Amino acid sequence: MAVLIVLESENGQLKSNSGELLSYGKALGSYMETDAFALSINCSEQTTIEKYGLKKVVEVHSEHLKSFNAKNYADCVAEVSQKLNCDIIVVSSSTNAKYMSGILAQKLQAAYTNNVVDIPLEKNPFTVKRSVYSNKAFAHTQLNADVKILGLTKNSFGQNLDQAATEIESFELTADVASSALEIKGQDTLEGQISIADADVVVSGGRGLKGPENWKMIEDLADVLGAATACSKPVSDMGWRPHSEHVGQTGKPVASNLYIAIGISGAIQHLAGVSSSKVKVVINSDAEAPFVKAADYAVIGDAFEVVPQLIEKLKAFKIQNG
Amino acid sequence: MKIAVCISAVPDTTSKINFIENNTAFDREGVQFVINPNDEFGLTRAVWFKERNQAQITVVNVGLEDTEAILRKAIAIGADHAVRINANPTDSSYVAQQISNYLKDQGFDLIITGKESIDFNGGMVHGMLAELLNVEVVHACTSIDIENGKAEIAREIDGGTEHLTCHLPLIVSGQKGLVEESDLKIPNMRGIMTARKKVIEVIEPMSTACKTTDIGFEKPSKKAEVELIDAGNLDELIQKLHKEAKVI
Ligand SMILES: Cc1cc2nc3c(=O)[nH]c(=O)nc-3n(C[C@H](O)[C@H](O)[C@H](O)COP(=O)(O)OP(=O)(O)OC[C@H]3O[C@@H](n4cnc5c(N)ncnc54)[C@H](O)[C@@H]3O)c2cc1C
Ligand SMILES: Nc1ncnc2c1ncn2[C@@H]1O[C@H](COP(=O)(O)O)[C@@H](O)[C@H]1O
Repeated sequence: MAVLIVLESENGQLKSNSGELLSYGKALGSYMETDAFALSINCSEQTTIEKYGLKKVVEVHSEHLKSFNAKNYADCVAEVSQKLNCDIIVVSSSTNAKYMSGILAQKLQAAYTNNVVDIPLEKNPFTVKRSVYSNKAFAHTQLNADVKILGLTKNSFGQNLDQAATEIESFELTADVASSALEIKGQDTLEGQISIADADVVVSGGRGLKGPENWKMIEDLADVLGAATACSKPVSDMGWRPHSEHVGQTGKPVASNLYIAIGISGAIQHLAGVSSSKVKVVINSDAEAPFVKAADYAVIGDAFEVVPQLIEKLKAFKIQNG
Repeated sequence: MKIAVCISAVPDTTSKINFIENNTAFDREGVQFVINPNDEFGLTRAVWFKERNQAQITVVNVGLEDTEAILRKAIAIGADHAVRINANPTDSSYVAQQISNYLKDQGFDLIITGKESIDFNGGMVHGMLAELLNVEVVHACTSIDIENGKAEIAREIDGGTEHLTCHLPLIVSGQKGLVEESDLKIPNMRGIMTARKKVIEVIEPMSTACKTTDIGFEKPSKKAEVELIDAGNLDELIQKLHKEAKVI
């Protein structure tokens, strides 16, 4: 028995969620009194893994796994977990991880639950806490199969550094991952922009901004903070911003460290999708807007006056603090 | 073309979420159940295929009798046939096994699910179905077109979109984008009348174990009161975010 942490990479670089996954997997291993191993696919970035004190990293290198294919990736993870005798598999909450994990669960006859927010509540029966009803509640869920898959909610556990020498094992896949009926034709990605899923800070604008021409200040604020930009549903419905920016219950979930909502009233469907963000700041001209109560910090004022000032002050703060 | 659309019944997005029986069960009192929004986009896309390519649509739900209202709504929107597998859907793998048991050997060309149910936000059923039925699956689709038995699909990836093709049969999990919100069908009178008369096929579940069990629920602890910051003192906000919250 052991824990296997499935890491994700992009162009040979580990994705930014890796630190938290490694920290979580390591803590889970200690909790279960067993080893934790990491699996990386087409990536040789051991220094990051060492920083979190993992005992072993298993590297799979394969031409055929260059682009993500859920079934083939599931085959790879299944084979590695079986060879290494891992009975708990930790995956992230990315779109691809969710895509792969249902397939993997069925392959391994595993019990799978995602949106997990902490190390288990109990070992036996194995019970975890996971967020349900779009963050409006938590469930305590028992996993009743020999193999268990846990999808970790982003920014729910944090990072623990724990330097150790890490053994590197290169793994030769025997599974046939060469073919797929799915043919990838291409990708459109936001070149040079941070995605909402990967961002630690998200700056979001609502109908209070009056029109698409006013988004420059949202982008500028996001720039200073190294943040992704997002918007409320009506804003994307009206075509002020692309659909990919729509967050909330029916849009993308936000689990950033900091969420800044500007001119957003805080309707229940909006809050449901952003409530797992750690810290929420609201800028709104109406002190009675529902988001004000749901926030950690609120500035009551006109966004057109507050935001430009905030940008200037943040720039000064950045210069002072390097 | 034969299309199956899997629909789950979820609490309406404005529902108050409460628990009863010592926090072990969801309080259904006063909660309105609706077609899972992600599934409704898929259903509407299926109706679009029906109108243009004479597709036949079957909607499938694993649920108890109280979900029949949403199956009738699905018929009113345009489904030809509705099937209810008579069981309480407590676990994704249980649901996937029930659905695959019904769908296997029926020759469906396209199976549409939602990318996730908005109650438990699992996003699992379609991947499990793909393994059980040995069919390809594409998750989080934002568009699908079909020509000569081949699907052209766009799927969401973190930070963009990927374009793929695949031959049918195929499973896709959908969301907004499959159709736009403004294209969601509101049932007309004729649809409602048809739905009233249609017989919903009820199937008893096969016996299979649940792999997960929810033994209890809790509500998030009450958060601290909001701190109001004067619009004229934004330095205070920056200091608090830096020193107190440690997020910048
Ligand atoms: C089934 C369903 C699903 C939904 N899903 C989602 C979802 O996923 N995500 C989502 O966002 N919504 C969703 N909604 C819509 C939601 O109910 C709200 O309508 C929406 O979130 C409101 O967007 P908003 O806050 O931008 O606009 P509004 O509610 O119009 O709020 C605008 C805010 O801007 C403030 N304001 C105005 N002028 C200024 C100014 N100069 N400076 C500062 N503040 C100002 C106002 O005080 C107000 O609070 C859904 C609705 C339904 C029915
Ligand atoms: N009880 C159910 N009956 C029919 N389809 C379901 C059921 N539960 C989930 N599904 C389908 O599977 C998709 C993903 O659900 P989930 O894995 O529960 O998030 C949903 O969008 C539905 O299309």
